[in-house]
Amino acid sequence: MVGAPGGGSPLENANPLIYRRSGERPVTAREEDDELPDSIDDREIFDLIRSINDPEHPLTLEELNVVEQVRVKVNDAESTVVVEFTPTIPHCSMATLIGLSIKVKLIRSLPERFKVDVHITPGTHASEHAVNKQLADKERVAAALENSHLLEVVNQCLSARS
Amino acid sequence: MAAAVGDEAGGVLRGWVRDFLAGHREGGTAEVAAGVKAGSWTVLEIVEALGSCLQSPEPLTRGRGLQLLSQVLLQCHSLLQEEEVTHLVLFYENRLKDHHLLIPSVLQGLRALSMCEVLAPGLAVSVLKAIFQEVHVQSLPQPERHTVYSIITTFMHTREEELKGLGADFTFGFIQVMDGEKDPRNLLVAFQIVRDLILRDYVLGPFVEELFEVTSCYFPIDFTPPPNDPHGIQRDDLIVGLRAVLASTPHFAEFLLPLLIEKMDSELQSAKLDSLQTLSACCTIYGQKELQEFLPSLWSSLRREVFQTASEKVEAEALTTLHSLAACLSRSLLNSDTEDLLDSFLSGILQDCRHHLCEPDMKLVWPSARLLQAAAGASFRATQRITSSVLPLLLEQYNQHAQSSQRRTILEMLLGFLEIQQKWGPQDEEESALLRSRAPLSSVVFSALTDRSVQLQLVGIRALTVLGTLPGLLAPPDVELVVDHLTRLILDADDSQSCMAAMEAAGSLAPLYPGVFSGRMVRRLAEELQSEREEEGQPSLRARCRQALAAVSTHPSIVRETVPVLLQCVQQGQKGSVPADACDVVATCQSLQRVAVQCQGDAESCWYYHQTVVPRLLAAALQATMQEKACPPLGKLLLEEDTLTAMVPVIRAASTHLSPELAAQSVSQVVSLFLDGEVSFLPQDSFSCPFRPFQAGPCAASQRRLVALLMAFVCSLPRDVAIPQQDRLLRELLALSCSCECPFSATAAAKCFAGLVNKHPAGQQLDELLQTVVNRMEAALAAGPCRSQALTLLLWVTRALVIRYHPLSSRLTDQLLGLLGDTELGPSVADGFSLLMADSPDVLHRGCHADVRIMFRQRFFTDNMPKLVQAFHAASPDVQANYLKGLSHVLNYLPRPVLVPELPTLLSLLLEALSCPDCVVQLSTLTCLQPLLLEASPVLSLHVDTLVTKFLGLTASPAMAVRIAALRCIHALASLPTPVLLPYKPRVIRALAKPLDDRKRLVRKEAVVARGEWFLLGSPGR
Repeated sequence: MVGAPGGGSPLENANPLIYRRSGERPVTAREEDDELPDSIDDREIFDLIRSINDPEHPLTLEELNVVEQVRVKVNDAESTVVVEFTPTIPHCSMATLIGLSIKVKLIRSLPERFKVDVHITPGTHASEHAVNKQLADKERVAAALENSHLLEVVNQCLSARS
Repeated sequence: MAAAVGDEAGGVLRGWVRDFLAGHREGGTAEVAAGVKAGSWTVLEIVEALGSCLQSPEPLTRGRGLQLLSQVLLQCHSLLQEEEVTHLVLFYENRLKDHHLLIPSVLQGLRALSMCEVLAPGLAVSVLKAIFQEVHVQSLPQPERHTVYSIITTFMHTREEELKGLGADFTFGFIQVMDGEKDPRNLLVAFQIVRDLILRDYVLGPFVEELFEVTSCYFPIDFTPPPNDPHGIQRDDLIVGLRAVLASTPHFAEFLLPLLIEKMDSELQSAKLDSLQTLSACCTIYGQKELQEFLPSLWSSLRREVFQTASEKVEAEALTTLHSLAACLSRSLLNSDTEDLLDSFLSGILQDCRHHLCEPDMKLVWPSARLLQAAAGASFRATQRITSSVLPLLLEQYNQHAQSSQRRTILEMLLGFLEIQQKWGPQDEEESALLRSRAPLSSVVFSALTDRSVQLQLVGIRALTVLGTLPGLLAPPDVELVVDHLTRLILDADDSQSCMAAMEAAGSLAPLYPGVFSGRMVRRLAEELQSEREEEGQPSLRARCRQALAAVSTHPSIVRETVPVLLQCVQQGQKGSVPADACDVVATCQSLQRVAVQCQGDAESCWYYHQTVVPRLLAAALQATMQEKACPPLGKLLLEEDTLTAMVPVIRAASTHLSPELAAQSVSQVVSLFLDGEVSFLPQDSFSCPFRPFQAGPCAASQRRLVALLMAFVCSLPRDVAIPQQDRLLRELLALSCSCECPFSATAAAKCFAGLVNKHPAGQQLDELLQTVVNRMEAALAAGPCRSQALTLLLWVTRALVIRYHPLSSRLTDQLLGLLGDTELGPSVADGFSLLMADSPDVLHRGCHADVRIMFRQRFFTDNMPKLVQAFHAASPDVQANYLKGLSHVLNYLPRPVLVPELPTLLSLLLEALSCPDCVVQLSTLTCLQPLLLEASPVLSLHVDTLVTKFLGLTASPAMAVRIAALRCIHALASLPTPVLLPYKPRVIRALAKPLDDRKRLVRKEAVVARGEWFLLGSPGR
């Protein structure tokens, strides 16, 4: 599905534009109240994916502006999540891998009732359609995660930054 | 002397020697050496006894003889005579030419002789010459090479002058000795020798380059200690050792700098880091001369590391190095005929970085700004040079960009340069770059303050703060404008962040411009508080005003204006003219407390504050107790528990920093107010009813509540302030605490009593007092209506004594342990253990001058834990939870290093506590286990099964805090060895799906983290 990053080859986008990280979500009094339920909102989903590491930079997807809170839509009642992500350059070969990392992170972190849709922001990638198709295909995602090399790269993206 | 050694002794010696040579006795050397020390025989006689063997044609035999002699010398070198040493040295030097099998023993002997104080002049040089000439050191095994280094080190310490007489020959000899050394142990010594050679000015002569070559060949250090290395040498030891050599002399510069530049270009991050750090170290001793030739290449390497950064560490190190370089160039003295290198170096930097600041896409702005700031921070001169060029540019850029986010980036950079300027303090240079840009600079900052973007506002406020602290940058009309802007932000900002930032800025700038702040901001805020009262506006505005008044009270003259305004707010609550609520008064008290803390540094303000606030608060509360005797005391705002509790820290903060004389003056007034109803020092001294809190009377119930304020005052005074009528006061407090029906007043009295007992000097008086207390408490605890009051008193008195290591404390603690089994009081006692261990905010902590020993928690733990555990096992099941709760409170406050060794004995109890239905026990046990799990103590691995089951069970607890703590523990569990955990992975992942859908967001957050970590367990790429 995708090649290994690094491996001595030069970075595709060696000098990306870096964005500021949004801080930790401030904890409100409501959230600390045991009685009141909090629904799952856009910011909560964004917090799940913003700290995913980029496969080739020591930066997070948020810092590279690959994911933005405005491109995250969640409907708690209907149990749907839609995430659009924007590759840093239109020919980025890492796009599938990034999409896969986002998808895996959401599957691991959301209740099973959610239907997760991850796709590229329309018009931002050369092979947008092909990548979206791969990401939407459950079997192909499952097969990709059987590949231990690919799983390793995905896990590295999802590991907490040291 | 020969006569002294009888034939008998000679026989014994010969026996030992014979045995040793025959290889019968390995330990024989000790006896032979002991004989020398005891005077039974001399070294000469040993040599004679060895006689034939030292001349034997068989090298093995000669070696054995020499071995014995050298071993003895190592132990007895201090007993040798000068003549003996001379002979032995000549003998050993000669032996260096002998068979190679003998060399180890010869070197040992020479090492022993090198340590002799009576070594004749000239011999050290001759020994070294012999070694340099006769021995090829690098073909010897490691221990022998180490011996040679030891001989050289010893001589360098004791015979420096003689060695220097050798001139460059010594240096050359050492270079040959060290050339090719590979063992890290020897290298550490060798590096030290080279460093001493250089720092103690030995003659290097023509061998500078050779000496550099023989050491620099190890750069950068590439060494990984073998596993189970017994010598414990780390890579960093070698790095530091070598760096000390390389950066010890400017003479190495011409060779070292090219090497460093080469290694900076390396692919290896460790090599980059080492090169950068070494270069920084060199900059402290180098001057212009050394650096000049290499500056362009150094700059291009550093620039590359920042522009194309691969790691934050390397980037940070590169910036530090650039800073050091610029600092080094700034330091060097200027000759009139040489070019100023700093200027040309900075010009180069500006040329390469400046244009990036203007690129419309702003791609490299941050790396460029960081480089410029690193260089600018090096010296005042550098700051001037760079700011004068960059500042106008940034100001222009700011105005060219219209978007808030871009403006913010530019302003943040500007702020960085202003902060550097701040570092140099007041400068009298008229024509500084900053002063020239004064007008545009302040207009940029003001425009940021009025921008709609909160982020830009925040940067603007920070910039304003820095600007205000730089002398001469704000013209008087500007200062007024600044204050108006801040006032506007405080009152009108929609975003609380901007409002808070504006308050902080006001606090930092107020001491510099007190007149403007009090004339404009304080007046406006006070008016706002007044006018708002009539309109009953939104409460948040009044809250902001009060907070801002507190924040701006950082100058004595301002304090004098804000304190009356705030006090007015408290009194409004009491008069009841406004429908104020308790929250209002509490918030006002918090503001008052902040002012008090800000006053503590300044004795005069502190006294003013104390004199003004304490009597007025007391008077206000007192007035409240008098109003409408008929209505129940609880109905009054100022007498509510929350309000009084909020006043306590105000009075405490106003009293802790008083000077003893002033405190003594104040304490006599306050004590006589409470004991005798002496109200004359209060601002209003006519009350409808006498103040007699300790006696039965019409208003006594509400008056007693004011004991909390008495506590706040008397318990905060320094220990050397004598309290008048202390015995009477203590008696009254004791009676009140044991008999009062109102728990609030009784607790306040108990705390006050305990606070005084803690500071009471030891002696008979204290013992008698304590005896009375114990009797009284025991009687009240046994039975009667006031058991819980007596328990509160017992807890506070126990704490007062535990923290000062008073002998009676153990008796009181035992009593508490016994009460844990009490069905009625047991739960309160268990909760009380947290009171014993925690720092109470009101009394009995160091801030209010209590007598607190540092290790009291550890001591309490070691003294009482066995008893507690034993009592737990003996207790009936229905009260066991009390013991667990007490235990968990104690553990919660115990320092981690004390707890970890105790863990094996306590673990079974902790696991038991996890099943306890009490939420407090569960929570404290979980918080106690979590750090232990993170440390992955091996003992925990044995209990994985129980831990997993209990933790997963607790993720369904009704209490949110327990669910969160349980999930954190499950996360921490992942630090145990993976093989232990893998069998549980599917179960844990499955079970954690449920908390992912928890109704509380904070719980879901922890569940996500924990589940994510468990997914990674045993998976590639973790």
